[in-house]
Parts: sequence; structure tokens; C-alpha cells
Amino acid sequence: MTLKSEFLKRRNIQEALSGYLFMTPTLIVLGIFLVLPVLYAIVLAFHSVNLLGEVSYRFTGLKNFMRIQGDERVAIALKNTMQYVAIVVPIQTLLALGLALALNAKIKGRSLFRVAFFLPTVTSSAVLTLIFMWIYNSNGLLNNVLSFFSLPTYNWLGDPEVALRGIMIMNIWATAPLFMVIYLAALQDVPESLYEAASIDGATGWGKFWCITLPFLRPVTFFIVVMGIIGTFQLFDQSYIFSNGSGGPNNATLTIVLLIYQYAFKNLDMGYALALTLVLALVIMTVTIIQRQFFGEERLD
Amino acid sequence: MKKPFHGSIKVLYIGLILYGIITFIPFIWALSASFKSLAEISSGGSNFIPNSFTFDNYKQIFLQEPRFGRWLFNSAIVALIVTFFNLLFNSMAGYALARVRFPGNQFLFFLILAVLVVPAQITLLPKFLILKSLGWLNSYQGLIVPTVVNATFIFMMRQFFLNFPKELEEAAALDGLNRFETFFQVVLPLAKPALAAQTIFIFMGSWNEFLLPLVVMSDPDMFTLPIGLNAFKGQYITYWNYIMAASMVFTLPALAIYAFFNRYFIQGVTFTGGKS
Repeated sequence: MTLKSEFLKRRNIQEALSGYLFMTPTLIVLGIFLVLPVLYAIVLAFHSVNLLGEVSYRFTGLKNFMRIQGDERVAIALKNTMQYVAIVVPIQTLLALGLALALNAKIKGRSLFRVAFFLPTVTSSAVLTLIFMWIYNSNGLLNNVLSFFSLPTYNWLGDPEVALRGIMIMNIWATAPLFMVIYLAALQDVPESLYEAASIDGATGWGKFWCITLPFLRPVTFFIVVMGIIGTFQLFDQSYIFSNGSGGPNNATLTIVLLIYQYAFKNLDMGYALALTLVLALVIMTVTIIQRQFFGEERLD
Repeated sequence: MKKPFHGSIKVLYIGLILYGIITFIPFIWALSASFKSLAEISSGGSNFIPNSFTFDNYKQIFLQEPRFGRWLFNSAIVALIVTFFNLLFNSMAGYALARVRFPGNQFLFFLILAVLVVPAQITLLPKFLILKSLGWLNSYQGLIVPTVVNATFIFMMRQFFLNFPKELEEAAALDGLNRFETFFQVVLPLAKPALAAQTIFIFMGSWNEFLLPLVVMSDPDMFTLPIGLNAFKGQYITYWNYIMAASMVFTLPALAIYAFFNRYFIQGVTFTGGKS
């Protein structure tokens, strides 16, 4: 009896030890490059940071946060980002839903379509942006097509009125297929019996769509919208490449993350950049947590 | 079957093919430009078949920008190492969280969940400062070490191992294997589907990553391809034939991987999309 409990105790210790060993790489990396940075960010946002030579800090209290309010470029970046989120998220969600519904129909070649549609999401943002800049060239493909149909043409890269729209079009095109695949997976989960029962009750195709499919897709739609908001809020690569890092023309493609990058690495104003980051992070985390609350509950039932 | 519409199949096909064209045109247009001469590029025509087909651009980019091969190498080496360690570390952590009993298991799991909520931007600037003080700016380890574990995939692996048949491990324990032997000899070889989805995601993520290398690498010799491409664009802004050729060279490896593994890729999306 004592021998057995001694044995079990040894085994438990061994088990615990191996558990910690399995976790060690993760704990070290997440500790140094995630937990520490988060704490560091919070502390440094209250400091003025000197990046040149040896990095040094000076406590400045809430000064960085006070500055945000009067910063004209923050207002512009916020306006651009909000506009971008408000236009891109609904359109890409609807497009993803439409494509998923079309592909969910029992047709030949659907997996081929799915693989083809998905292509932009695996292509790098840098390459996509370069390809679209080439298409948006003032004597480029898009303008040629527009003038062929006698539609107005634009200087997509240089006109502040349309530059951000160019990025919107590109990213809707690039992101919708990702969400389409998630919608498609959700559509597989709709119980067939519901449709059969509805058919017996004499429901039409549209009736079934409104009363069965759509309600069933509500949680996944919520998930997709929130993921879309989080993703669009973080727009950086495309704006950076499009404008050579300036956010131009005339600040038209300046986003919050691009502004943070500029303050940190062009103006070397790290403390202020971190204060901005914290505000952005707070917004994103709020959205994420709300999503987890809803989505987590929906999923677990 | 699961068809909400009774609309005509023909209309559906036309719509799908139309969208397929919209998906492919930018790629084909870029590919076409990569085989055109500068004169043809500048004239601004809309022909997809080059008037004078040339391979010159592909040769020229390596001559004009001698670092091009170097960037390709940098991207590949970083992506491969990052992928390897992610597979190893994420599986180890996921397995421990799912199967090994140790004090703090629950707490660490909640920590991983909390990590998932932290947006990448918040850690970027402090990460830069930490890498700077480590002397890791402009080094491979500066790009690799911070990204060798991924909370999303730790979570995914945990879910995968939770559903893993216990009997196999019990049999391994009876054979006298310890946890490590069990993990590496019995469990990991059977986790291939989960690992495949992860491989593609991590590799593509690292291969395409823009913001971190932009911040970490300032020495042109250490650029990865996306950063190099952007620098190249700045220098040759009117040479779209070069830029498109360079873009195609960069896209090809990713495309090859996607062509071979797209099944796993789509499985991976639905997994991370649905559960994370």
C-alpha cells in the first residue's frame, strides 16, 4: 500500500515535471515577446522615450495621452480608418455570404471554384498591393476598362478623393474569400432535416433561406463581422506600400497603425506612439472580448 | 440538397465564372506585364498577350538588384525555421495543456486564451525595443525567435489532442515509454492532419509578413522579400515590368504550396475560423 502510494507520488511529480518541460519554450517566448512587451507598452506610454543611442526614458505622466486629443493627424487617421471599416466590413461580409451560398448549391466543380476564389487570401499583401497599383496606374487596366464603358476614370494613386477607395476595393476582393470559406463550413452544419421539414410544410426556396439558413448563420456572421472589424482596424501594409509610408496623397490613406509607425520610427517619438497604440488596443480588445462573450456562448451550447 | 435557392443553375454558373474571372484577372494581368517590354508597359495598352514576349525582366531583376536572391534566401530561411519550431513548440504546449496533469495547467490555458485577445500592434513597438537591447535588430533570430510559438495554434493543438484516443497513450505507458517518448513516437506521428494545416498557415504567415521585418530589418542585406519588393518598387517605380516579374517570383513558392495543400488550408481556415 505505502509502496503503491510512493510510486504514484513519484509518477505524479514526473508527470508534472514533463508538463512544465513541454510548456517551457512557449512560456519563455510568450513571456519575453508578449507579456513583457504588453507591460512595457503600458509603462512606456507614460514616458518620453529617447531612442537615439542608448534608449532612455523620462516620466511624463499623462502628457502623451493629452496630446492625442489635439493631434490633427490622429483625427484624420481615425476618420480614414473608421470610413474604411464602415465600408469594407459590410461589403466583404455580404460578398462572402453570397459566394458561400452560391458554392453551397449542389453544382459540379464547386471545390474547383472554392480553390480558385481562395487564391487572393494566400497571396502576400505586398504582392497584391503592387499588382493593384499597377492596375490603378493612370493609364492602367482599370482606367482602360472604365473608359471602354464610358465611365469616369480616376488618378487612383494620386487623387486623395479615391486613393483609400482603391485600397478598399483591393482588400474586399482579397478578404471576402477567407470569410466565404468560414460561411461554407457553417452552411454544412445546417441540419438537412430542417429543410426537409420546411419543404413538407410547403416552404419556398426564399422562405427556407429567410427562416432557416439566415438565422442559423447568425453566430458565424457575428464572428465574421467582428473578425472583419479587427482586421480592418489594423490596416497597415497596403497603406504603407501604396503611399511609400507617407499615408498620402494628402493623408488620404493614413491609418491609425500607419500613424503609430510614423510616430515611432520616423519621428522617433516612441512614448507617444505607444500611448496611441494603447488606445487602439483598447478598442480592438473591447471588440474581441464582446465577440468572445457572444460567440463563445453560442458555440458551447 | 442543401440549396436555399431554386434559382436557375445557369445563372449561378455565370455568376461563379464571372467572380472567378474577377479573381484571376489581377494575377494574369501581372503575369502578362512580367513578360512585356518596358516600351509596351509604358504605352498603356490592355492586351493580355504581350506583343513582344520577353523573359528579360526575370533576368534583369536579378542583375539590377543583386540582393534579390539574398532576399529570397532570407525569406525562405526565416519561414522554414519559424515553421519548424512552431510545429514542435505549439504541439508540445497543446499536448501538455490537453493531456498532462500539472499544477497551473488551467491557469496557463487561460493565459493562452488571454494572449489571443492581445492585438499584434500593442506588442510591436516594445518588441522592437527588446530586440534592440538584445542586439537582435538586423538578425535572423530577431525575426525568428519572437514568432516561434503561436497562441492560436497552441489552442488548436490542445483541441486536437483533447479528442485524441487515450488508449494509444495508455498502451505506450504499458510499454514503459515516458511522456516524451510517448509524445514524439506515438502521438506526434498521428497528428499529421493538424500539423499539415498548421504548416501551411505558419509558413504563409511568415513568408508574407510585412510589419515585423519592416521594423526589425533596416539593413538591405537582411530584408525579407516583401520588404525588398517594397524597396525595389521605390527605386524602379516606372518599371512595372520589373516589379511584376519580381512579384511573380515571390508568389510562385506560395502558389506551389497552395496548389499542393489547398485541402489542408481550407480545413485550417474552418478550424481556426470556427473555434479560435
